[in-house]
Amino acid sequence: MSKKTLKLKIGELKTSLGEIKDFEISIGRILEETWEEEVGPTPFPSISDLRNWDLKLLERYKPFYMPFCDVCCLCTMGKCDLTKDKRGACGLTMPAQQSRIVLLACCIGAATHTAHARHLVEHLIEKYGKKWVIDVGGVNIEVEAPIIRLVCGIKPKTLGDLEEVLDYVEKEIVQLLSATHTGQEGSFIDFESKIFHAGMLDHVALEVADIAQISAYGFPKADPEAPLVEIGFGVVDKSKPTILVIGHNVPSAISIVDYLEDIGLRDKVEVCGICCTAHDLSRYDPKAKIVGPISWQLRFIRSGIPDVIVVDEQCIRADALIEAQKIKAPLIATSEKNCLGLLDRTGDQPSEVIKDLVDGKIPGALILDHDKVGEIAVKTALLIAPKRIKFKSIPDIQSVIEGAKKCRKCFECSRACPNNLPIPEAMEEATKGVFKKLSDLLDLCIGCGRCESACPINIPIHSFMEVAAEKKLKEEKFKIRAGRGAIQDVEIRQVGSPIVLGEIPGVIAFVGCANYAKSGKEVVEMADEFAKRNYIIVSSGCAAMSMAMYKNGEGKTIYEMYPGVFDAGGVSNVGSCVSNSHIAGAAIKIASIFAKRKLRGNYEEIADYILNRVGAVGVGWGAMSQKAASIASGFWRLGIPVVVGPHGFKYRRMLLGRKENMEDWYVYDARSGEKIYVGPAPEHLFYSAETKEEAMVMIPKLCMRPNDTTKGRAIKLTNYIDLHKRIYGTLPNDLHMFIRTVADIPITMKDEVLEFLKEKEWKENIIPDPTLLPRLIRKRRE
Amino acid sequence: MIAEPWQKAEIPGPTKSFIIQKPEVAAALIKKAKHPLLIVGHEVVEKLNSEIKLVDYIVRIAKAGKIPVIASGKAFTEIKNFIPVSLMSIVEVGSRLIDPKWNGIDGLGPHDLALFIGIPYYVEWLLLSGIKHFSNVTTISLNRFYQPHASWSFPNLSLKEWIKNLEILIKTLEGG
Repeated sequence: MSKKTLKLKIGELKTSLGEIKDFEISIGRILEETWEEEVGPTPFPSISDLRNWDLKLLERYKPFYMPFCDVCCLCTMGKCDLTKDKRGACGLTMPAQQSRIVLLACCIGAATHTAHARHLVEHLIEKYGKKWVIDVGGVNIEVEAPIIRLVCGIKPKTLGDLEEVLDYVEKEIVQLLSATHTGQEGSFIDFESKIFHAGMLDHVALEVADIAQISAYGFPKADPEAPLVEIGFGVVDKSKPTILVIGHNVPSAISIVDYLEDIGLRDKVEVCGICCTAHDLSRYDPKAKIVGPISWQLRFIRSGIPDVIVVDEQCIRADALIEAQKIKAPLIATSEKNCLGLLDRTGDQPSEVIKDLVDGKIPGALILDHDKVGEIAVKTALLIAPKRIKFKSIPDIQSVIEGAKKCRKCFECSRACPNNLPIPEAMEEATKGVFKKLSDLLDLCIGCGRCESACPINIPIHSFMEVAAEKKLKEEKFKIRAGRGAIQDVEIRQVGSPIVLGEIPGVIAFVGCANYAKSGKEVVEMADEFAKRNYIIVSSGCAAMSMAMYKNGEGKTIYEMYPGVFDAGGVSNVGSCVSNSHIAGAAIKIASIFAKRKLRGNYEEIADYILNRVGAVGVGWGAMSQKAASIASGFWRLGIPVVVGPHGFKYRRMLLGRKENMEDWYVYDARSGEKIYVGPAPEHLFYSAETKEEAMVMIPKLCMRPNDTTKGRAIKLTNYIDLHKRIYGTLPNDLHMFIRTVADIPITMKDEVLEFLKEKEWKENIIPDPTLLPRLIRKRRE
Repeated sequence: MIAEPWQKAEIPGPTKSFIIQKPEVAAALIKKAKHPLLIVGHEVVEKLNSEIKLVDYIVRIAKAGKIPVIASGKAFTEIKNFIPVSLMSIVEVGSRLIDPKWNGIDGLGPHDLALFIGIPYYVEWLLLSGIKHFSNVTTISLNRFYQPHASWSFPNLSLKEWIKNLEILIKTLEGG
């Protein structure tokens, strides 16, 4: 379906009333309908249309708020003390204030993705036209936009159709944002419902962005065998002029490689990237190098390797220009959302801008024309690289030793470090010319630079770590599979049954940022463990990069060890942050393609299906940003639990089930209408784990669903019990809550488990056809 | 005594914890409590130096104060070798402590006092904040660094002072 503007043009009309020339009117829009499926109950849902579904989820998964501080400081009546049950000057309580802040965060995240999508769609329409056909996988993908179909109830065919979708999303985000104003929403539970709405909208925007760029740029189209591309600090060929791109919106980066191709110099210039722009560039051009995740910015810029830095939008350090100046690399900003105080030189002749950049007359320029960015970045890099060839940016060994001797051991750096890293001890060791501790710290460092901000004598601590780890950094050369995009319909058909029946124990998505308490190694260790156990592993964004940056004993990365299929034991990278839509899309497609549930505008039923039958879990081990918050909330509304790492506590609210409260775990049996206890499956909707080990036990548990068959539940329990015993040395104390019948018990553990069940006075239960929606109850068969 | 949070930017608000200037105060609070609970995070298994093993102190505190223990992650694995201990994650404990209907980890009724140790600093500050705002449970942070959202907390201490304080706490509890 699409909506078309009806235009009436009259060149010349003569009537008895007079004469009209060159007259044109537009009379709104007409529907052009081609999708035959009946429209479900909630196409283009407003804030309250899915509220009942949200309240069902929130009744089971109650918010646990953990405020950062006791006050609200959003208006000029305050600060207001909201400690305990105090109310602020506006009448708001602490729970509502906390959920309001989470809603704000999710609105920021959803707006960021939507603005990104809007820019991409407008840019691509300008380049390729409104009628450019959406194609994310040819005949392998008939459901090209599962989220848009589900939420909006339309079937987009062209880039132009996506504009209508964005109109809806933008309107709703404004409605949500207005609810956070002082004197609007007063109920924490309604704020929570609105958070879910923001998350759902966010996923729509993600899908718009990725299907638009896949279609127009020819990224891998649902390709499990997308090429292996290079990633790591050491993969960049420093002998070539080097352009570094940072951000999430790829058009400028693409214009750089296009320009290089046009002038026949593609192999003479390195183009590398950090964060999701790097993902998307490698989907366009496998020769592009990925340096690493968001946390690699400081270390790579400070290495002095980039000759020119090009930034677009999102997840870019706000001091990128300052850092670029330290290494005498010109910076080109390319987005209205991130101008960095630079002069707008879009209208100037490229040669003038290039001269000013190369001569150092200006530190950077704002160029809001992507085609010009390509030419300016390339020519600047070619001219400036020879001048920078002897430039040394990071300190030498002796400077580090002398600098370390100045360290006062005041611990301000450790106290500023999010991970409380023992920097003073490493400095002490460095005074003796020994750098192991400093080098080791870089593995744990999330690259925020707060240590340097805090140092009272301005020791460049991060640079010191980089010097100490220089040799190790140079050896960082890995392979990652380029973002494959969507999951094929045929893959969904193949795995639908074993997932829903529980024989494939779960789908685990490792997504999000690089705000790890330990290191990215924990992500790959988890992914590897669950891939070996035949879970389906999908990844995206910075987590996908972190997973690539470790090798096994044979020197292979996880993407070389496992196939990129969406199947048991597959490890796939769907792509950048906007590609997260394919993960939610896969869950939706299981309901629509495999189970043949109606998709069109039928959100509640599909979410109910996923919650009760699709054993999927999202893991944002280093989740950091507002975008990560909104992505997570989109998963929650679909009934997919999300586990975050310990820094995730700072999202200040979790959605936790209480397994011991039996009344929370009843569903309707769709066959009979009876209410049946199904145990705490899945137990939580949003959960923050203190350690990797804790997450590794929680993840398989959260993959359990009421609809699992006995065979499937036995497989899931095998993993849960096995990991629990390995990590904690005991059987899980809540095991009886997940065993419905004796047939659920894993055969190899039967005696031990039966003994445990006897102690717990366990009783057998039935396995229903589960739903939370009374309207889905079928009439009892006579 | 003025205490400031260990992490510099952690500025809590109007309600901050009392400082435990003498460990005997913490011991008195534990003795006075009807149903205390000791919550132990994974950092307790990390050796502080070659001599000090924090798990030993946990075991001694629990025994001396007759306090039921909940431990998360590796802490559970270690502690279960010495005393009865329940396994529960930190965030799950928090969500139950704010529920006045929760019958406690041992089924003997709601806990009126919760002691925390071995939890990452930034995790503990949020957890304590949740308990502070949404329950009447008295909380004591036994960690080395000042936790502003607790009811009572040690100030920032050197390792030596911290261990000394834990020793006094144990001896006072053992004193009956």
